[in-house]
Amino acid sequence: MSVRVQREDFDVGRELESLSRGRPGVGAVVSFVGLVRDMVSERPLLALELEHYPGMTERELAAIDAEARRRWPLETVLVIHRYGRLTPGDRIVLVAVASAHRNAAFEACQFLIDWLKTRAPFWKSEETTAGSHWVEAKAADDAAAARWGAPEITCG
Amino acid sequence: MKLLYFAWLRTKLGLAEEEVTLPETVHDVADLMTWMRDRGPLYAAALANPAVIRVAVNQIYARPHHPVTASDEIALFPPVSGG
Repeated sequence: MSVRVQREDFDVGRELESLSRGRPGVGAVVSFVGLVRDMVSERPLLALELEHYPGMTERELAAIDAEARRRWPLETVLVIHRYGRLTPGDRIVLVAVASAHRNAAFEACQFLIDWLKTRAPFWKSEETTAGSHWVEAKAADDAAAARWGAPEITCG
Repeated sequence: MKLLYFAWLRTKLGLAEEEVTLPETVHDVADLMTWMRDRGPLYAAALANPAVIRVAVNQIYARPHHPVTASDEIALFPPVSGG
């Protein structure tokens, strides 16, 4: 498994190729790439600033990865998440899973991105012509994670 | 005890981290939240709604009854929005 938190962009083709190289048991690679959209709340987005909690981010991503491996027979997992200033069209996140068979790879990939969105300590600030504001967590993301039996993390 | 703040909690409080002496009345996360709100109007306003505050003790999500000690790194932040 591999988890990377970085400012720099990544090459999707090269990363996916690395998942199966030297692993003849891999029969399926499934990936998710998250991108910066150009519109938010009907306004053009100028930029996105991604903040994270160094240390906890890596720890949390490793825990999510371990949970996926506990649930599915996976050959390997790769998660790359960017931080810093991004603009529309930029890649934000790559989640890729290699397995012997496609079903495990599809399910684990969706599980990983759903859990990541509700647990990994990243926060987005959106900059539009109306100014900057912090993005609120979405109930739909909580619902997506809840499908997989994600534990509650509220403190209140 | 080291306190860290992220996202809008950081911008509302105007600081990313601070070192505080653990008060004798604070034994767990719930006590800490109560004490924090009494530190002044800025803290009271920022922490008014516990539903939008997450707490991590030593980089692990913590529930209200999780114990806290003077050597802990405690982070307070809003629900995450990555991915």
